[in-house]
Order: sequence, then C-alpha cells, then structure tokens
Amino acid sequence: MSLFRTELRRLSKRRFTRYMTLLGLLVLAAVVVGVFFTNQKIDAGQLAQAERQADQQYQEQMRWSEQERAACEQAKTAGTATDGRYPDDCSVITPPPREEIKAEWFLPSTFDFKETFAETLIPFAAILALVGFVIGASFVGAEWSTGGMMNLLLWRPKRLTVLLTKLAALLTGILAVTLPAAVLWFAGFWAVANFRGSTEKMTSGTWQSFMLTGVRGVVLVLVLTTIGFALASLGRHTAMALGGVVAVMVVGQFGLGILLSMASVRFAEAWLLPTYVLAWMTKTVTLQDWNSCNATYYGECKPATMDITWQQSSILLSVGVVVILGAALWAMRRRDIS
Amino acid sequence: MPAVLEIEGLRKTYKSRRRGTRNALDGFDMRVDAGQVHGFLGPNGSGKTTTLRTLLGLIRPDGGRMALLGHEVPDALPTVAGQVGAIVESPQFFPHFTARDTLSLLAGAGEVPAVRVDEVLELVGLRDRSGERVKTYSLGMKQRLAVASALLKNPKLLILDEPANGLDPGGIREMRTLMRTLAESGMTVVLSSHILGEIQLICDSVTIISLGRRVAFGPVDEVLAQHSSGAVRIRLEAVSDLPVATEALTQAGIRVTGHPDHLMLAGVDKPASVTRLLAEKNLYVSELAPIAVDLESVFLELTATAPVPGQHRQVDESMKVGGTGQPGPAGGGWGA
Repeated sequence: MSLFRTELRRLSKRRFTRYMTLLGLLVLAAVVVGVFFTNQKIDAGQLAQAERQADQQYQEQMRWSEQERAACEQAKTAGTATDGRYPDDCSVITPPPREEIKAEWFLPSTFDFKETFAETLIPFAAILALVGFVIGASFVGAEWSTGGMMNLLLWRPKRLTVLLTKLAALLTGILAVTLPAAVLWFAGFWAVANFRGSTEKMTSGTWQSFMLTGVRGVVLVLVLTTIGFALASLGRHTAMALGGVVAVMVVGQFGLGILLSMASVRFAEAWLLPTYVLAWMTKTVTLQDWNSCNATYYGECKPATMDITWQQSSILLSVGVVVILGAALWAMRRRDIS
Repeated sequence: MPAVLEIEGLRKTYKSRRRGTRNALDGFDMRVDAGQVHGFLGPNGSGKTTTLRTLLGLIRPDGGRMALLGHEVPDALPTVAGQVGAIVESPQFFPHFTARDTLSLLAGAGEVPAVRVDEVLELVGLRDRSGERVKTYSLGMKQRLAVASALLKNPKLLILDEPANGLDPGGIREMRTLMRTLAESGMTVVLSSHILGEIQLICDSVTIISLGRRVAFGPVDEVLAQHSSGAVRIRLEAVSDLPVATEALTQAGIRVTGHPDHLMLAGVDKPASVTRLLAEKNLYVSELAPIAVDLESVFLELTATAPVPGQHRQVDESMKVGGTGQPGPAGGGWGA
C-alpha cells in the first residue's frame, strides 16, 4: 500500500502529468465554451420566421421547376433536347415535397441536449484517452530512461509487483481526473442546452444511454492509458510508445487504408482501428459498400452494409490490452536491467 | 566473523548471434565479513558492475550461488532488500524532482520514516541544497545524493559503486571518514572504486576481479605482502662501484636492474644479506631502501593493465586467472 501511495505521489508530482492534464482539461473547456457561443436558444418568433423562409424556399423551388419543365418541353418540341441537359420525360422535373424543406435549415444553431449530447462524449473520451496515453507512456518511460526504475527495484525487488502497482497508481490518477471531468462535461453541456438550446424530451432511458456511453468513454480512456504505459515499459522509453503509435497510425492505418482502397476491398474501414473505437462509443458503426450496386440519382438501390458493434470492439480492445500488457509484464520479469 | 556477502562460482554469459558469446562472470567468488570495509577492484569491463547488479537482482545469473546477510539471493531479496543499501554505477535520478522529493519518494516506497530523509541529507552535506532540482546538481552532488539514498534504509550492508566519482578532494575525504564511521557503527561497506589510494586507506580487505574471475582477495596487508617482490633500492658511496656490485649480487642469485646512480634488486628476502655481501667485497652501501608495494602496483600487476609505452590497451585486455599471465583477449572476449 505504501508503494501505491508513493507512486500516486510520484505521478502527481511530475510536471509532465500536471501540464498534460491541464492542457487536456483546457481543450475540453474550450469545446464547451465554443459550443456555448456558437449556439443560441430559439424562440417562437424565430421559429415562425424560419417556417416562413421554408415556405418561401418551397415557392422558389416550385417556380424554378415550372420554368425548367417549360424549357424542357420547349427544347423537346424544338428538337434541341439531346444535349443531355433535360431528361427524356419532362414531367419528372418536379419540386421537392414541402416537408423536405425543413424550417430548421433557416434557424441558427441550437443545442438540443437529447439529440446532440451523445456525440460530444466522443471528443471527450478521445481527448482524455490521448492525455492518458501520453501520461502513461511518460510515467513509466521516464522512470526507465532516468534510472528511477532501477533505484526502485533496489528497494522493492519484486518486479511484477512494482510494475503493476505503478499501473494501478496511474489508472487511479487518470480515473481521478476523468470522473470529475465527466461530471463537469455533463453539467457543462446541460448548462449549454439550458441557455443555448433545449433540454426537452429527456427520459430516464436517454439518461441511461448517456451514462452507458460515458462509462464506455471512461473505459476507453483507461484502456489507452494502459496501452501507452505497457508500450513504454516494453521499450523502456517513452518514445517507444509514442513512436509505436505514430508508426501504427501512419503505416498501419493511413497506408493500409490507401492500400485497401486501391484494391477495392469491401468494407475497407473494417480493417481500421478508428472504426472500432467509434463503434465502441456509438454502439454501432454501419459500413456501406457503394460498389455493391449502381446507385443512381433516381434509383432506389441501397448499398450493402456491415455493422461493427461495440461488442466486437470490446473483444479487440481486450485482446490488445492483454497482448501488449502481457508482453510488458513478461519483459519486466525476464529481461536484465542494465 | 560471519559473512555478510558470499558469492561462489557466479556465472553470467551474454550471447549474441553476431558477436558470439562473452563470459562477463566466469566462476567468480567473493566473500565479505561483517563490519568490514571491503574494496572491490577491477579494470573496466572486468565484471564489477555485473557482479553487483546480479547480486541485487537486476541481472539474472547463469550459474553460481549468492547470499546476502545469510539469505540466498535472488530468492530472498525481498526479505533482505530492506537491510541492503546500494548504488550501482553512476547516480541516476529523475532530473525534475528535488533531492528531498527523490529521497522522500524512496522512503515512502521502502516504508522508511520521513525523519530519516533529513538525517541522511545532513550526513551527506546536502541539507541546504535539498530543495533544488537534481538536474541543477553537479556530478559530485548527485553522488552525494546517491549515497544518501543508499543510507536511507540505515542498512546493515552498504554497496557503493564508485562513490567518490566526481567528488572534490574535500568530498573524497568526507566520504572516507563517513565510510569508516559507518563501519565502526557495525555497518558492512562494499566499495567499488578505481581510486586505489583511497581503497588502500579505507578498506580492511579487498577482492580484485579480472575478466570475470577473482584474481586476489583477503585483507589489504596480506594481499600487499603476497605480491611484494622483495624489491630493494641500493646506492653506493662511489657510483663507479656499481658494475662490480652488480656482478657480485648477480653471482649471489639476486636479480639486479642497473640505473645510472643506483641499483634495483628483486627477490631479496633479507636486506641485511645485501650489505654483508657488498661489505665483503669492500663495497659500502650509502642507501638501502626496501621498496614497499602499493595497491595500485599490485592491481596493475594482477590485472596486467599497466600502461605500456606505444601500446593502446583494449578494454578486455587484462589478466585472466589461470591464463598465460600475459595481457591479451584470451577467453571471455566477444567471439570467444
């Protein structure tokens, strides 16, 4: 227990931990403030004005359609309609249905808590996961590269206990930042919705869904923190983790993405890690294969789809953590410390 | 006296596909008795640091037996770690922490009372600079901090690798006094150092390692005596008599090396026999001085690392016990 407390102290004393945490929280705060200032509350007058603008738009579309249909008929009669400008059947030139022109298009941006909040949990988790990854990598990487780990092992010569205690302290520290930040995130956007949008139509089911998404976000933060820690411990340097991620993202993701695209592989995104991270947060990502049919402007053809679910993502994340952390523990146990 | 540190037949081999096999430790033995200040000497690359790292559980040995304070290690390291303070090689600390933070965190990890931090800071002379970041410290100050960290546990056995490295002359003398004081208080101290004059002054006993094997061990006086060559320097009243004296001494079976104004004799058991022999030839000695060996000369002789003009000795070119006695990379080098 004393080692755990000491490692927590060490974590909180490190300047890098403090600066990165502060930076991450400032970015989160900037997102909330940005959303606050780019949204506004809609009153009845603005709504009526938007309805009028939608009507006006519909009338314009009607007039334009009439004109185009007349021009089409005229061109057809004159025999000059073969340049592809008009369809063979001029009657298909019709205005869009009135209900397709929505009043919201003419409204300023407003923050609907029920509709929008779940999306905000993705950048929240992503930013804190990045912070956790870098802090985790630096926490153990700097210990290795400065000789601190060796010093510690002279005091506590139980290698796995030391490494796992460090990890436990790190995850506790990250959790201690993430949980209050999540509460503030909920509160911040609730306030934004109150002052710059709407909090209507919230049900217990919606709250439950938000909470579960939030929990998945926290789990994602902890998973990436663990992976950063394990990679840096494996390479005994912070740069191992950071370099590894750059290599995976540049070569393994962008490169692979380009390759799969060139090879016209079906559902290429299914091979890319960000898809699974997104699926973890949104519960499902539906991939579409637009090569599976020739969708036309008028046609009803729908592309083939493939669902990536959060359960599949959970398997991938679990395997990733087990393999990388397992390798770090194995190396800690077996490799000489010089 | 009970042994505080025992090593028998310790082996550590590094294997490389490209560079072959290197025996860093090749059946090394060592014994340190309680309450002693013990010097651990060896040329660069001889296996000193590997021995200490292996003893402290940082390196896995390939064979042999080790015991600290009567407990077999590495199995019993968790039991004895609290009674063994050590610094291995150059002092390494997180540069952005202060000395006090560094020691405080170590004390926390080792469940040492916080008051001990102030005691050791005072002991190594860092009390007034303890609030400064380690990255601002000189090498000597880092060395003091390293010693402080090793002393933090108030250990029964203190292992210090090059503790005087980077210290100013005053610091070296303070370190010497500290070592003696600690030994007098009952602490056993193992010192690895290249400052052989210091070792000779401080240590009760020594172990000398070369190419992973022990080449000499025992009390300092005994090691010096064992390797004393019975060298004597003599001067005569008349320098012109030196050739005659050389002839007479050589005939008596004494090895003589001539110099312009004196002779160096080797293998002399009793210096009085030299004066008697020369007096019988009417040659009168104006000076007869037995040449005392020091630890440095013994070390250079045993490890065959004395510099030779015009030659550049390589790191692995030193004496291997049981070898030919000539410097060379035989056995233990990469590719061996």
